[in-house]
Amino acid sequence: MMKKLAKGILLGAVLLFLYLPILILAVYSFTNATNIGVIRGFSFHNYVTLFTTPELIQMILGTLTLAIVSALLATILGTMGAIGAFYSKKGMASAISTMNQVPVVNADVVTGFSICILLVVVFGVSKDTYIPLVIGHVTLCAPFVYLSVMPKIKQMDSSIYEAALDLGATPFTALWKIVIPQIIPGIVSGFGLAITLSLDDYFIATYTKPATFDTISTYVVNATKGAQTTIKTALWALSTVIFLVVVLIVTLVNVQAGKAETERSVL
Amino acid sequence: MHIFRFSRKSLGIPYALYLALFVVAPLLVLIYYAFTNGQGQFTTNNMTNFFTDPNTLGTLCYSFAIAIVTTLVCLLLAYPIAYILATSQLKAKSVILMLFILPMWINFSLRITALKEVLTVLEGNLANHPFFNSVIGMTYDFLPFMILPIYTTISKLDHALLEAARDLGAGELQAFLKVTLPLSVPGIVSGISMVFLPAMTNYVVLDMLYNSTYIMGSLIGSYFSAYNWHGGSMIALILLAIICLFTLLIGGEEDTNVRGGALL
Repeated sequence: MMKKLAKGILLGAVLLFLYLPILILAVYSFTNATNIGVIRGFSFHNYVTLFTTPELIQMILGTLTLAIVSALLATILGTMGAIGAFYSKKGMASAISTMNQVPVVNADVVTGFSICILLVVVFGVSKDTYIPLVIGHVTLCAPFVYLSVMPKIKQMDSSIYEAALDLGATPFTALWKIVIPQIIPGIVSGFGLAITLSLDDYFIATYTKPATFDTISTYVVNATKGAQTTIKTALWALSTVIFLVVVLIVTLVNVQAGKAETERSVL
Repeated sequence: MHIFRFSRKSLGIPYALYLALFVVAPLLVLIYYAFTNGQGQFTTNNMTNFFTDPNTLGTLCYSFAIAIVTTLVCLLLAYPIAYILATSQLKAKSVILMLFILPMWINFSLRITALKEVLTVLEGNLANHPFFNSVIGMTYDFLPFMILPIYTTISKLDHALLEAARDLGAGELQAFLKVTLPLSVPGIVSGISMVFLPAMTNYVVLDMLYNSTYIMGSLIGSYFSAYNWHGGSMIALILLAIICLFTLLIGGEEDTNVRGGALL
């Protein structure tokens, strides 16, 4: 009994530590207080500021666009790389998987800085073209797509592909109709992973982004150091919105996964 | 006539080229810049400057200290949590696990902002206890990354081993120390690698909490702002060396994909 209580207290305390700051901020985002600790009246003005200030809207849309574009590119590259590496000779396959491991293990500061040096300092590519930024994010994300697709390729039944070829399909058709559908779960989770990595990134963006462009991370880091209270409290609203969106997505994904599981067990 | 015959192998070529160009080449350029000066001449000055300047050396030691303490705190919190959840019979345990993992998907800068607001109310000026607050901030940021791999390892353990130990007369504590703990080492190792390296390099947490730049990653940032590519490259190279050493020490074959593990 005592033991159970102690376990409950430990879990509860750590959950409190993880969630209390976000929840307190969420409560205060609905007031017109400018600091935590001062109780003021109920107000939606932070949400109005968040969704009507052009600077904030641009920053949010920019972050989302960057995440989707880089995740798409990373998914295409990483998936092709995984299929290619799986069917390549040993030397080529291990070369690809070794190079793939570098950005995964490396610190993002180093990845971002080295890409900045190569593209901006050596090749003189202007950061305003967004090319360094997109390349930086694709380099961050593609290795994780590769890692989530590879196990699916290994589990794949290769005889179906051979059968398709025997029945007259071209290698490309067989790939598109047979291989891709079998590894699609890996591709989808790789894409999801790529999106979250890009959304959360600060370091690569700092070193490669155009001066006038901000992602949520770079914007928030600068805003916390500044003294602009309207922007600061509007970010509390943003934090609350993102929290709710994450809770919603996680719930939906889990309900979906639960459904798939029950269906499988019924079959 | 097909000049280029399609084969599955050739699909790997674009990615191999991409990696060579944007992963390998930048690192080579980094090495070149680290050992040259503004005139392109070979020099070891960047290195000797780093290892003779008390400020940069101090930063290195301080970063190590923060990273080690953060990793220990995360481990001490995460192991019991992962153990309780993995061995629990509760039906809702997957939901509770999800609660611990979920903050991973909320933008870290917003979470640190929230933490900063709360800590400021509790402590006043955060710069008064810089080390303490750094560890709290980093633990807040990285704890989920420690819980997940340990949980996965413990929940995959063969229960029969534990029963066998008990049948052979081991007490509960003894069975835990001799069976569960040694077998959960792979999870602990991959958790450590998920926390230690980011804690050494993630300077934004400190910067946001109390405007500190006294951490390794931040040195790159300051050289970057000063357009000193050579000095910055040397710091990046030193960080890279630490990362390589650490990965070798810990056994590079670990599952490094935990960064988004719960999604997979």
